[in-house]
Amino acid sequence: MAWVNAIIQGVLIGGLYALFACGLSLMFGVMKVVNLAHGDLAVLAGYFAIGIVAVTHVPVLWSFVIVVPLMAVLGYIMQRTILQGALDRSVLTTLMVTFGLSVVIENGLLQFETANTRGIGVGLPLLTESFSVGSIQIAYLLVVFFATAVIVLLGLQYFLSRSKYGRLIRAVADDKEAAQLAGADYRHVFGIAAAIAFGTVALAGIAYGMYSQLSPTTGTDTILLFAFAAVVIGGLGSLWGTLLGGVVLGVAQQIGAQISLSDEVLAGFIVFLAVLVLRPQGLISRGAQS
Amino acid sequence: MSLATETTARPAEKFRVTRSRRNVAWTGAVALIVVVVLAMFPYIVYSGTTAILVQAFVVLTLASMWNLLAGYAGLVSVGQQAFVGLGAYFVLILAINGLSPFTALPIAVIGSGVAALPLWWLVSRLRSGYFAIATWVLAATVMLIIEKFSSIGGGTGMPLPGVSGYDPTLLTAYTYWAGLAVTVVALAAIYLLLRGRLGLVLTAIRDDEVAARSSGARVGLARMLVFVVAGAGCGAAGGVLAISQLQVQPSAVFSVQWTAVMAFATIIGGLGTIEGPIVGTVVYMVLQQTLASYNAWYLIILGLVAIFVALFARRGLWGLVDERINVRLFPVGYWLRVDQERPRKLLARPRRG
Amino acid sequence: MTASADGERAESGTPLLEVRDLVVHHGQLRALGAVSLRVFPGEVYAIIGANGAGKSTLLRTIAGLHHPTSGSVLFDGTDVTGLRPERRAARGIVMVPEGRRLFGSLSVEENLKVGATYARQGPWTIEQVYEMFGWMRERRKQLTAQLSGGEQQTVALGRALVANPRVLLLDELSLGLAPVVVQRIYGMLPQILATGLTVLLVEQDVSQALRVASQIQCLLEGKTTLEGKPADVSADQVEAAYFGLAGAAPAGPPGEGSEP
Repeated sequence: MAWVNAIIQGVLIGGLYALFACGLSLMFGVMKVVNLAHGDLAVLAGYFAIGIVAVTHVPVLWSFVIVVPLMAVLGYIMQRTILQGALDRSVLTTLMVTFGLSVVIENGLLQFETANTRGIGVGLPLLTESFSVGSIQIAYLLVVFFATAVIVLLGLQYFLSRSKYGRLIRAVADDKEAAQLAGADYRHVFGIAAAIAFGTVALAGIAYGMYSQLSPTTGTDTILLFAFAAVVIGGLGSLWGTLLGGVVLGVAQQIGAQISLSDEVLAGFIVFLAVLVLRPQGLISRGAQS
Repeated sequence: MSLATETTARPAEKFRVTRSRRNVAWTGAVALIVVVVLAMFPYIVYSGTTAILVQAFVVLTLASMWNLLAGYAGLVSVGQQAFVGLGAYFVLILAINGLSPFTALPIAVIGSGVAALPLWWLVSRLRSGYFAIATWVLAATVMLIIEKFSSIGGGTGMPLPGVSGYDPTLLTAYTYWAGLAVTVVALAAIYLLLRGRLGLVLTAIRDDEVAARSSGARVGLARMLVFVVAGAGCGAAGGVLAISQLQVQPSAVFSVQWTAVMAFATIIGGLGTIEGPIVGTVVYMVLQQTLASYNAWYLIILGLVAIFVALFARRGLWGLVDERINVRLFPVGYWLRVDQERPRKLLARPRRG
Repeated sequence: MTASADGERAESGTPLLEVRDLVVHHGQLRALGAVSLRVFPGEVYAIIGANGAGKSTLLRTIAGLHHPTSGSVLFDGTDVTGLRPERRAARGIVMVPEGRRLFGSLSVEENLKVGATYARQGPWTIEQVYEMFGWMRERRKQLTAQLSGGEQQTVALGRALVANPRVLLLDELSLGLAPVVVQRIYGMLPQILATGLTVLLVEQDVSQALRVASQIQCLLEGKTTLEGKPADVSADQVEAAYFGLAGAAPAGPPGEGSEP
């Protein structure tokens, strides 16, 4: 029964991983930027939330409403300024710049916070409890997260396939010069994509802080690698593939934890490396956008 | 005049290709003097200074290796700490089994180089961004695997055996010379490699990979060679690290901070030139020494400066100098000499980051 | 260009599109050397020349994708040389790029919608495009990668038209298409012109260009070797200008100013 439990936990947490991953996938699909600071942005959002709650004493759930749009705006600004500048130079430069950002954010957090982990209290008593299905315990919080992740991904899917800007994003991702000729300023479109990426990763980061602990290095220790692993496993270019990747990663981790508690993270990485070797298509050739 | 007559009517110009040899004799002599002077340091200065210099040697070796990878082969690796850790652990394991750490060092270097081969096999087909993260994941995985072996310290690490038999001052001196030797060998190896065929192949790949392949350049082999050399070099630095710290802790030797340090030093100093990492290491050490008491600040400042340099001064500090006075301490380029003209530099442009 | 030929054109007012002494470099290679042209409203102006002559470079510079080393591009009398491509498209300079460059992961309809996103006011709508190309409406949900070359070219054309351009730039329409298909597409030019457009096109197929153009210019190695009305130039003159043979000279009525 523990195995079934593990699988269910893995599936639910996989939703969160997918939410981490979709921003990374979007930024790479559209701008060809691998944002090495992606995980740190999630942690930054988590710390923002902690800070805001500490200062204004609003209910914790309000922090989502405040921090996520803030991060989205930050994403647009960063894309239009620093990341666009790096993109104009070369791929190498974007890697170096995003890596630099990652180090700066992490050490900045280390400097102003402590290296200790912080958690975000959920605030609603119901959410700290779990319910039972047979002999399996399922935390309400995880179910809410999974549902949120699916809803956000659905929304994103709808946005990309139906809306004007969604179309523009896909067009610019296909051929930004042709998009220019059609009158679109791709720098603006890039900004929108970055805003979405920053917003979703902020959402996921705050959620993660409620489920687990955050520390300045969680961004790179855990989140970035998970996000990337989810993208790799699910294949680039498809939001549902990202969900699948998150779920597979989550399940692999939980099964690894069943085998031996300290192997949770390692199991996930091994799966990731196995996919790298066996199914690298998602990495070498970009799949069609869904 | 028709096209046909136009083309044949041009006078045949004389072209010669020579190595940029002008500076070599001078730089060779200066380098030798510098090395000899540095070697004398344990007799001249306090052990505090040699300890700082050992740190500088480690950083310089790492930065040179990162520069080789990113500046010449176009491989941005964010996982070189895997080799730093491997080098340290090779020394540790050999020391546990009775070998002196100093004898273990060369073996650790070879071991790290060999370890690079299967790792290269895993990541070689990946494009730049994915390559970067994959190296990061690899490093994290290697660390997690090593942490499982309690015989070599598990997750908390252990002190380095085999050093207690040495007189403390002698130990500091030997450590210092080990660091110096590693740096000298690393720089010499890089210089010779880039001066030779590999340098040409890498430049060709950088300019136009398809053309390079079709003219026979073994692109994959060249990149693999660079990855292996960089692995060995980082392993060497890791070995020196283990010796100088007298202990090996996984979270310290496998820390991604090492990549941060080597990347920032290279970027600030100048990506794509052998001199760049030297300048960058100096900047890093100065920052680290002056700000060390302020914890994470030096990394924050270093990071911000690196971002600024990457965006606005792509060729780094050395690049700014190089553009003014056109001097190369380690000339690896060629000159195209056309009669009656001032020689025009050919292939000597470093990679633009 | 003889005084009388240019004089006729000059009487129609200011040129809609003008290029003055354009010099364009690709790195160290000079692709265009002081090229000038003037396109008047309602004209079909064709630029011909061999591969590498600089034709596409000229068109891409006019569209804003290349920055010239010197010289200027004027649209309706205003200097647009510094404008980004999307700003030029907003003013009415729309290009159908070489090789179609459709958005591969988007459907036919979505491609047209993107073209219409920043469209100017005018007679062209997506419906109009469906009217003109009968087959498109049924297959509008198909991904463009599944279309034939000729169909893709018409979608690319449609995408440009829905933006309601004033000047339509066509870059190598015939590339990779069967002659029959090419003729059919060019056959639609009159319909397009009837809505008030002006066309500047680049074409490798000289005879096709001569058939549709009201004014031509030939480029060789980035320089102008011939300019004039198709009716006023002989086949020999065109050949000489195209290949850069002895006797190449700016156009005049046949027999004037050329060497044997």
